[in-house]
Amino acid sequence: MINAVGTPQSLLLLGGTSEIGLAIAANYAKQRPLTVTLAARPSARLDAAAEQLRGLGATVRTVAFDARDFDSHPKVVAEAFGDGDIDVAVVAFGVLGDAEQLWQDHAAGVEAAQVNYTAAVSVGIALAERFGAQGHGSIIALSSVAGERVRRSNFVYGSTKAGFDGFYLGLGEALRPKGITVTVVRPGFVHTKMTEGLKAAPMATTPDKVAQIAVDAVRARRDLVWAPAPWRVVMSVLRHVPRPIFRKLPI
Amino acid sequence: MEPGQYETRRLTGWGRTAPTVASVATPTTPEDVIAAVATAGPRGVIARGLGRSYGDPAQNAGGLVVDMTGLNRIHSIDADSGVAVLDAGVNLDQLMRAALPFGLWVPVLPGTRQVTIGGAIGSDIHGKNHHSAGSFGNHVLAMDLLVADGSVRTLTPDGPEAELFWATVGGMGLTGIVLRATVALKHTESAYFISDTDRTADLDETLAVFSNGTDDSYEYSMAWFDSISTDGRLGRAVFSRGSLAKLDELPKKYRKDPLRFDAPQLLTLPDVFPNGLANKLTFKLLGEAWYRKAPKQSRGQVMNLTAFYHPLDMFGEWNRAYGTHGFLQYQFIIPFSADAELRSIVRQMAESGHVSFLNVFKRMGEGNQAPLSFPQPGWTITVDFPITPGLHEFCARLDEQVLAAGGRLYLAKESRTAPETFHRMYPGLDQWRKTRHAVDPDGLFTSDQSRRLGL
Repeated sequence: MINAVGTPQSLLLLGGTSEIGLAIAANYAKQRPLTVTLAARPSARLDAAAEQLRGLGATVRTVAFDARDFDSHPKVVAEAFGDGDIDVAVVAFGVLGDAEQLWQDHAAGVEAAQVNYTAAVSVGIALAERFGAQGHGSIIALSSVAGERVRRSNFVYGSTKAGFDGFYLGLGEALRPKGITVTVVRPGFVHTKMTEGLKAAPMATTPDKVAQIAVDAVRARRDLVWAPAPWRVVMSVLRHVPRPIFRKLPI
Repeated sequence: MEPGQYETRRLTGWGRTAPTVASVATPTTPEDVIAAVATAGPRGVIARGLGRSYGDPAQNAGGLVVDMTGLNRIHSIDADSGVAVLDAGVNLDQLMRAALPFGLWVPVLPGTRQVTIGGAIGSDIHGKNHHSAGSFGNHVLAMDLLVADGSVRTLTPDGPEAELFWATVGGMGLTGIVLRATVALKHTESAYFISDTDRTADLDETLAVFSNGTDDSYEYSMAWFDSISTDGRLGRAVFSRGSLAKLDELPKKYRKDPLRFDAPQLLTLPDVFPNGLANKLTFKLLGEAWYRKAPKQSRGQVMNLTAFYHPLDMFGEWNRAYGTHGFLQYQFIIPFSADAELRSIVRQMAESGHVSFLNVFKRMGEGNQAPLSFPQPGWTITVDFPITPGLHEFCARLDEQVLAAGGRLYLAKESRTAPETFHRMYPGLDQWRKTRHAVDPDGLFTSDQSRRLGL
């Protein structure tokens, strides 16, 4: 159960090796005894992540989860809820890919769309059923500012995040009467393995900082936050820039 | 019960934190309660009264909550013996109004009268007179408890099922649902208090007043104290102590109608207060005013129930003043011997930056045999903190010190501690669990609090 000061006892991380997701788990684990379920494809990286959380005093278990295997998702989510309530679920899996490859290589583009959007919808529906029956809990959906106004430079990724963002905002409205909060987090550029080698954009941030923003947002039961916060203003302006000008911006 | 009588509701406690959604049944007869409990699904059922517990004991996320306030008949009040037979949903305000004309007084009153009989038993509530009268469970002569198998057990404090009786007292509704209780009321000649007020200048003086032997000459005793000032004024207090007035102690104007129910309410607060209004500045001003308003010393003042006992009842729904983030109440008790720890905790509160205005300090008397009952001989301190960043860590540190000093937290107020901490505070928990397991092996009666604390 989430307690009076907004701290959960159990957490499910879908995308169990996501650096931001793990930073959220670590943030909670430092506050209160936490049970963590990491859902990801088995790998050495996953084992290392589990070990790291155990080092913080958390009880950790892993569940095999393949984002591409949609049909297995209800079973994976059911397994995660098998040992008792989940207070917070983090939807943190996704691929960035090479922006130019994604729109020209059919297989790569379809895969990005399936992992980032279709799979997110698939687990979202499975989570909604479980949380609805449970009557309490929060879902953190890791979106991106890239989805707020899709731009030429990474429009396949941006469009998947646009769909993701819309789905989880809507899911939040649908689950509100059932006592569930969905918090959509829109980070800008974050220094992670996924962005390794890319040139850092302005207002670049770290997984720990994004995690803190997400944790604060869950505590305040907010449905949408930017990380860092000034992105809200930047995106609000960019959203209204006319296309002929937007096209010429170096973004 | 017809399915139509269930309503999906978002519930919180009085602190307005950690909301969850449950299906709520509102029965008006014991048969309806039994029928409702029979429909409980895998997430179980819990009884709810007037929702005055601060945390989540009367919530059951995704399950069934039985709102007991519709089961509110006063079956009988015997004017001679003072024995009252009451439905569990009867509240103390209602009982008081009914009993006063017979010269009868509710033996244990907490800081509000908006508490049901079922809630009073489940939390084993205490009041300003704990040192002289004990807690609510001490005054219950019998109760009817609906248990998990659908049967109704009649329990007494020393009968064949005494263990279940005492597991239910303070058991937060987790042994079953109290349907009816027989309570011993207390005879009184008036509804007024003869009250003494004393103001102290600092924590040393406050502890001295509590320890100088005068406290036992009052039936009722508590102190409001300053928990914000970090200078020498920290712990200064306003003592409010007194006893129910005998007829011959009352001035003439009160003697005409000595049993009048005199408890005015000024206004009900609207739900418009912003978060952050409850801050150090406003609380400092309020605290200063509260302190200054009290005379340095007064003796034998006649006071009505609101003035002496329930000053907060002047403001209905006062919890709204804390805004939508809500607040938590931190109440702990530590033994008299731990007075160094007590000083240290009060100092840390003042230095923490977490501010509280409603600070109650009381000397508690002997506890009873209920394993989860809170009171034991010692000092109890109650503070209200608005929910702000860092509060979790601060309270966790206080928990450790309370535990180390041999103290504990009160389940009716508790809303955030760690399961392991709580278990260490109540050595009787294992015994209580055995008793509960015997009547409810599958944990049909369950609440957000029991889930959170692994009770």
